[in-house]
Amino acid sequence: MPKLPIGLWVEMAVGWAQVNLDTLFDFITLIISALVTGIEKIFLAFHPLIIIAVVFVLFWFIANRRIAVGTAIGLYLIYNMQLWKPSIETLALVLAAAALALLLGIPLGILTARSNLAHKIIMPLLDFMQTMPAFVYLIPAVLFFGLGQVPGLIATVVFAMPPTIRLTGLGIRQVPVQLVEASDAFGSTEWQKLIKVQIPLALPTIMAGVNQCIMLSLSMVVIAAMIGAGGLGNEVLTGISRLDIAKGFEGGLAIVLMAIILDRVTQSISEKHKVKI
Amino acid sequence: MSKIVVKDLVKIFGDHPEKALKMLQEGYSKEEILKKTRQTVGIYNINFSVNEGEVFVLMGLSGSGKSTLLRCINRLIEPTSGTITIDGEDITRAGPEVIREIRRKKVSMVFQRFALFPHRTVLDNVAYGLEVHGVPTVQRREKAAQIIETVGLKGWEYSMPDQLSGGMQQRVGLARALCNNPDILLMDEAFSALDPLIRKSMQDELISLQNSLNKTIVFVTHDLDEALKIGDRIALMNNGTIVQIGTAEEILTRPANDYVEKFVEDVDRTKVLTAEGVMKPPDPVIFLKDGPHVALRQMKEHGISSIFVVTRDLRLVGIVLAEDALRAVKEQREDLKDIIIEGVPKVSIDTPVIDIIPVLAETRLPVAVTRDDNKLVGILVKGSVLAGMVRKGENIA
Ligand SMILES: Nc1ncnc2c1ncn2[C@@H]1O[C@H](COP(=O)(O)OP(=O)(O)OP(=O)(O)O)[C@@H](O)[C@H]1O
Ligand SMILES: [Mg+2]
Repeated sequence: MPKLPIGLWVEMAVGWAQVNLDTLFDFITLIISALVTGIEKIFLAFHPLIIIAVVFVLFWFIANRRIAVGTAIGLYLIYNMQLWKPSIETLALVLAAAALALLLGIPLGILTARSNLAHKIIMPLLDFMQTMPAFVYLIPAVLFFGLGQVPGLIATVVFAMPPTIRLTGLGIRQVPVQLVEASDAFGSTEWQKLIKVQIPLALPTIMAGVNQCIMLSLSMVVIAAMIGAGGLGNEVLTGISRLDIAKGFEGGLAIVLMAIILDRVTQSISEKHKVKI
Repeated sequence: MSKIVVKDLVKIFGDHPEKALKMLQEGYSKEEILKKTRQTVGIYNINFSVNEGEVFVLMGLSGSGKSTLLRCINRLIEPTSGTITIDGEDITRAGPEVIREIRRKKVSMVFQRFALFPHRTVLDNVAYGLEVHGVPTVQRREKAAQIIETVGLKGWEYSMPDQLSGGMQQRVGLARALCNNPDILLMDEAFSALDPLIRKSMQDELISLQNSLNKTIVFVTHDLDEALKIGDRIALMNNGTIVQIGTAEEILTRPANDYVEKFVEDVDRTKVLTAEGVMKPPDPVIFLKDGPHVALRQMKEHGISSIFVVTRDLRLVGIVLAEDALRAVKEQREDLKDIIIEGVPKVSIDTPVIDIIPVLAETRLPVAVTRDDNKLVGILVKGSVLAGMVRKGENIA
């Protein structure tokens, strides 16, 4: 039986895109690196202790006391391990990736909830995206965007978007029919219904999607260090390649700390928005 | 004048209603159509009209198509064929914009399980209709607060719906529907989810609200007692179509077929047909200690021409007529004693309606309903009792 040249086809498609969509990729690169370096610059413009203080106060209000204190301790530990700069690089990448994933994922999620056709097309794609090993995304990303932060971020967005789409769609479909009907019965436009009823009621589920998106971004960002995305992933990678346990462990610990901080703070925000249906 | 006219309305659920519609016209039954085409006939052959200011009740067992029919009137469900005209305008072919306009201005809905928005305060729930209509915040909240007061929920404006009891939630539902001042109210089993006592008081309240608002109401229920109580006319539905339309009395006394008869048999006639079932609450009344001034003011305020006098513990003393009170005021007398008519007609609370009618026929005055201890518990007025059970509390004339 002859082997189907599936791999070859994909290679050809990628090759075609590389040649013909060159300007598009350049444009995307420009925007993304501006975004990431922008975020980095903001955080690096101040002394770490100032940032820690600001974050402490901010979390005190938007989350709670416990989380604010825990975050301050965690960040101080990172600063103390002299991993502040790579941590900020990672954070910038995570925030940028999550922002893009949400920007694309939430509207797509809404679309799947509102159109059965969109649902039928998008869901299998999501299954595909989620089961494909994360490393595989790195290959086309590198081919299109070269090495560095940008391909790392693109791969991260692709990897982190599916749960956002799924949970947004789920959240909106879960809004009780009678409330949707009530909204219609009073003459809402589709947009009013979405903004005034469906999204507010789906918010806890959408926020769970945001949380997942951020966590997945973080996990992917480490992998993305393999193609030169830098940050904490890089610390871990050098630790591995030199069999330097101390370096590897410290890098790993910093990632865990960031993960816990981001997880708790997004969760507590979504708790606050919960309404009983 | 007819506010709503429904002609040959059909709703078929499914992707391919054409074939089913054809079979329906050829006289096949719902079951045959379902078997052959996999399409469900929701309602068919529906013809009726609702007059301005009328309370029109759709009644029938579960699955008979009441909700489907009701939802066709504001096009929450798209009818398959036939027409619905509101104020002479055919809304079955109206585009989405026109429909939105109608829903915002003309037709509101009250839902069985309230369907309040859980993330909005009572005030913002009630203001929702005005909000989507683009009325500025201050104005719509002002209007909403007024309506909230009308339904007796003043002070609850900033509560969330889940802090309210069922009865209160449905008041919010009613207020939300009234807030954009629609001509037509559609009520789908609006009181079915409430427990019996609350339910009865909501029915009474709807009746008294209706007396002042004079809306056109289409009210769905599967409860005959409720239908008899609040409906001017009743349409009885069975298996997707209307089998009889008539007043409560017509339905009770001349059931169109076996189905209606069966349905009607279940009514607890003794309950419906005693004084308790048809009386109005004893309000207003005056006390023995009050003077002719008070009597006159109360009568003016309520637009009535006679008023019952009771003792402090609500035992019936007699009745005062407006002309007598007026005379007493002119002659500057301060005591009621001389003008009270004592031997007023009265019946006890469990008197069957059949025995009440002759009493009413003999007097110009309202009839007092008392308990054994002579406490005044209700008032009977001619109009309401003669109509059988239709309690459209007219004023004491
Ligand atoms: N969306 C739908 N799809 C298919 N069939 C439907 C749909 N909605 C209603 N039906 C069918 O139409 C018929 C009438 O339903 P409807 O809900 O109008 O009854 P109802 O009189 O309001 O009953 P209930 O007292 O239970 O509310 C039923 O046979 C029901 O199965
Ligand atoms: Mg129903």
